[in-house]
Amino acid sequence: MSADFLYGIEVVLNGLMAGVMYALVALGFVLIFKASGIFNFAQGVMALFAALTLVGIMEGQVPFSHLINEIFGTEIHHFGWHVPALLAISLTLLVMVAFAWAVQRFLFKHLVGQEPIILFMATIGLAYFLEGFGDLMWGSNIKTLNLGLPQGGSRVIEDMTAKLGGDDFYGFFIDKLDMVATLVAIVLVLSLICFSQYTKQGRAMRAVADDHQAALSVGISLNFIWILVWSLAGLVALVAGVMWGAKSGVQFSLSLIALKALPVLMLGGFTSIPGAIVGGLIIGVGEKLFEYTIGPMVGGATENWFAYVLALMFLVFRPQGLFGEKIIERV
Amino acid sequence: MFYREAGDFKTSYDADSQTFPIAFDRYRYWVVLAVAFLVIPFVINDYWANALLVPFLIYAIAAIGLNILTGYCGQVSLGTGAFMAVGAYACYKLMTAFPDISILIHIILAGGITALVGAAFGLPSLRIKGFYLAVATLAAQFFLVWLFNKVPWFYNNSASGQISAPERFVFGIPVTGPNTEAWAMYLICLVFVTGSAIIARNMTRGSMGRKWMAIRDMDIAAEIIGVNPLRAKLSAFAVSSFFIGISGALFFAVYLGAVEVGEVFGINKSFLVLFMVIIGGLGSIFGAFAGAAFLVCLPVVLKLIGVDLLGWPPDLVAHFQLVIIGLMIMFFLIKEPHGLAQLWRVAKEKLRLWPFPY
Repeated sequence: MSADFLYGIEVVLNGLMAGVMYALVALGFVLIFKASGIFNFAQGVMALFAALTLVGIMEGQVPFSHLINEIFGTEIHHFGWHVPALLAISLTLLVMVAFAWAVQRFLFKHLVGQEPIILFMATIGLAYFLEGFGDLMWGSNIKTLNLGLPQGGSRVIEDMTAKLGGDDFYGFFIDKLDMVATLVAIVLVLSLICFSQYTKQGRAMRAVADDHQAALSVGISLNFIWILVWSLAGLVALVAGVMWGAKSGVQFSLSLIALKALPVLMLGGFTSIPGAIVGGLIIGVGEKLFEYTIGPMVGGATENWFAYVLALMFLVFRPQGLFGEKIIERV
Repeated sequence: MFYREAGDFKTSYDADSQTFPIAFDRYRYWVVLAVAFLVIPFVINDYWANALLVPFLIYAIAAIGLNILTGYCGQVSLGTGAFMAVGAYACYKLMTAFPDISILIHIILAGGITALVGAAFGLPSLRIKGFYLAVATLAAQFFLVWLFNKVPWFYNNSASGQISAPERFVFGIPVTGPNTEAWAMYLICLVFVTGSAIIARNMTRGSMGRKWMAIRDMDIAAEIIGVNPLRAKLSAFAVSSFFIGISGALFFAVYLGAVEVGEVFGINKSFLVLFMVIIGGLGSIFGAFAGAAFLVCLPVVLKLIGVDLLGWPPDLVAHFQLVIIGLMIMFFLIKEPHGLAQLWRVAKEKLRLWPFPY
């Protein structure tokens, strides 16, 4: 097999795994949109905040240290302890649950029944607020995330596939971190699906996603379900933040992954979890293939916009996305 | 007791259909125009112009444009930054290609070119609605910014990829370039703002505006009563992009002078103008001005308080700015989802009854 064709396959495999990473972010959006009709633009910043909190807890940073030092003239930065990874993750989860409660209590309780664009703008305001708050709390310099996740290219796969091509072919370069991310994403999606299908609270969540009034009338506490959904989205954001943060460091650009997830949502439909996965895979593969084949002809750096154009073209033929609920309009 | 139509009888059709039927409104309008044109140019200085007034005027035009698209016609668009870039680059190419023609004509032509581009990117709106359309306009945003970065023809093959405005004169007075005085910058922007606001207000009052609002409220029903959705939506995109293009051209030529498209016209600009429209009030020309004023003044006030008054380091103040802007947006949306324009309308209603409470 020619080296170009093999490189093409490598691009497709990398695209699939990049797609899984995008889908991980898109999952958080879908969860919240399904249950409350809110398009949560703050999902990316939630991922950043979760990753910042995780690193801060693990390193024993003092929250708001810059502000405290500025007001009181002190020089404290660290508590001096190091928290092991699992405990730190549980503590961060608690923080995200507290955040979900606060968002529900102080923001969305007052915005019940507003138009979707107002709710969307409220989440953009939330994103700005959370970004500044995260910077104030943990500092805005770039941090490294050491969870012991394997990094670097996988030598096993490289050696296994080196024989496929000619003498010049080095074997597929598949990042171990990407493989771990794929596994984690699969586990997460499966557990989310099991949760929503087989547990009482998951059924309640699906009921709220269908019809708020009907759910209220059978005795489901909307408030509790919304806090649950935002906490789940926080968990997904934490996983996404950890995966992306382990790849490229915990910094502001992590919040821009939300922009990467938007074409995934457009493609898959805003209300469907399998849609987020399939959409992510399609966008990941399409983006990488386009950059590999046509990118050099138009000057490269097409990854910024090609995902959107691809999603746009799909939408023209299927306005609700591949798996979204069909938009029925009544006069 | 003076803010009512009682006793004020109109004797001609013109007077009956004027924009400000109440005398108080009319006088207020003329006073504001008089102060803006006759008083401020003589007292303005560089700091006020650069920090507050000129960005306010330019963003007001952009906010009027986006308000027409999102507020009157209901099509959410996140491509404002890219359309401003189209206006800026069109103005740049026209200025460098035809150096003898007045910059005023170039700015209007740049608006026209942006209108065509906007109508082209508005075609998906015929099929896609709501949030999906917002994300589709993001395709326009990212694609256009990439295009202006990659294709050297747009920036005249300059080595840095930046575009910079050559010096141009209007009636002998420099309006672009380093020798521009504060009042010249202010006046040229003010002229365009006044023109844009008059055109926009009258368009939205007329049949075009009613068609847009019909599409916004329920586009299937509008189609049934005879509003052509293709014409209405594309014209909304075109008119809105016209104003946004003018604002982009002014932003580049008069205010900044030199622009690097990725950072100046990126997605943050789109969100900024959308905030202005939402906080100012969807579907109101006054709301565009109110929102632009709010979002231009707020960071300046916060910076003044933080850095000058409290002496904190700028990065801490920058973080606080984000926190406070986010809080203010959320607070506003909770308290008054229809924006500052609604507060203004409520105030005017109370003024009608003054001095009685109800």
